[in-house]
Amino acid sequence: MELLPLYLSAKLASIATLILIGIAAPLAYLLTNSSWPGRSFVEALFNLPIALPPTVIGFYLLFLLGPRGSVGEVWERLFGGPLLFTFTGIVIASIFYSLPFAIQPIKASFEKIDPRLKENAYVLGLSPAATFFRVIIPNSINGIAAAAILVFLHTMGAFGVVLMVGGSVAGETRVASIAIYEAVESMQYEKAWALSLAFIPISYCFLLLVNKLTRK
Amino acid sequence: MGFTAVLKKKTKFFTIDVELSCPDGQTLALIGPSGSGKTTIIRMLAGLVTPDEGRIVYRDRVFFDSARGVNLSPQKRKLGYVFQDYSLFPHLTLYGNAAFAAHDRSDVDSLMDFFGLTALANRKPHEVSGGERQRCAVCQALARNPHLLLLDEPFSALDVVTRRLLRNELKKITETRTFPVVYVTHDVTEALFIGNTVLPIVAGSVDREWLERIVTPATETDTRNKAARTTKLALAY
Repeated sequence: MELLPLYLSAKLASIATLILIGIAAPLAYLLTNSSWPGRSFVEALFNLPIALPPTVIGFYLLFLLGPRGSVGEVWERLFGGPLLFTFTGIVIASIFYSLPFAIQPIKASFEKIDPRLKENAYVLGLSPAATFFRVIIPNSINGIAAAAILVFLHTMGAFGVVLMVGGSVAGETRVASIAIYEAVESMQYEKAWALSLAFIPISYCFLLLVNKLTRK
Repeated sequence: MGFTAVLKKKTKFFTIDVELSCPDGQTLALIGPSGSGKTTIIRMLAGLVTPDEGRIVYRDRVFFDSARGVNLSPQKRKLGYVFQDYSLFPHLTLYGNAAFAAHDRSDVDSLMDFFGLTALANRKPHEVSGGERQRCAVCQALARNPHLLLLDEPFSALDVVTRRLLRNELKKITETRTFPVVYVTHDVTEALFIGNTVLPIVAGSVDREWLERIVTPATETDTRNKAARTTKLALAY
């Protein structure tokens, strides 16, 4: 079995998950704990990738990350290379694509925390930022872990977005889902079977873990 | 010295309009029926709720002054606040909770010792009883050496025996401190036992007659009940 696409999928999912949790946790906290004008509009914007077809997200990202797109242009100026059809490009695309899948479960776990804990931390002299790190994060660690697993699995299975932004460059952007599609296209069913079967135990074990983490 | 507060706040059902004061080293007990605005008053003192109008001054520090636009955050008021329940941090041990905002670890040790929590120092809040949790919450509030100690029905979720034990312990320890204490309760006996001053709050305002009526449900013409009222008041005080 060709392991490279599986390795690329796991690498992409791991990096995107780490970055996503770092971005999603403070965003979820802002959405849970403050009321500012336009909050529901911003929240709906973050959730847009849930409602849009992955190819549509990929299409927009193709232009955004391309050499004439705002992000792609700045990137090229800073680092001298393109974002499209590169591993970095599909990491950025996956972050956009999976952001709501990280924000929603983390927000749900923040909402479960008794508001009196936050008030008690404030009364005891902790700033909102210190309260976030010393009280909110430690008391929602299971929810954050569950969110990380869901985002990891969601990114492992990404197809449309990755294909639009990354194409299918062997060893760079040809992740497992694309390799399966190409194997089927070229009637290499054995290869498609092997790669597809690899997903079942990984996904099943991770989902069992999510159930365990969110049972409390 | 101590603190003075003039507070006005419109709520859904009534307007809170009170003047409070408490000298250093004394306890002010706020008593009243459920939903009378006691908790909102103590939350205004803590900075967790903003009054519509008023002024809160502790010694020479202005916590809140609507006329001058001063409103110190809860962090800057340096308070001890004991909630009714569930305010301990579940991820920390009892010692971790008590020492959460403490300046001096030896203070924490002596407070834990006073409240009989030393042997339970490494337990998490869910592993101990309600009484032990509230003892720890009092330790947490006292260990930061607050300017003002606020207690919002801290023992009301406990059984009668534990409640009596805890209020004895609280009275004993607050008598050794120099800061003012505000104690919210709906239990008349508790208010009269703990407070140097008892302020009855009904529908957001001070209603001294309410306390009299609560302690004496009888009519003035019933002499037997009048005698009972006198005895009850004497016992309560």
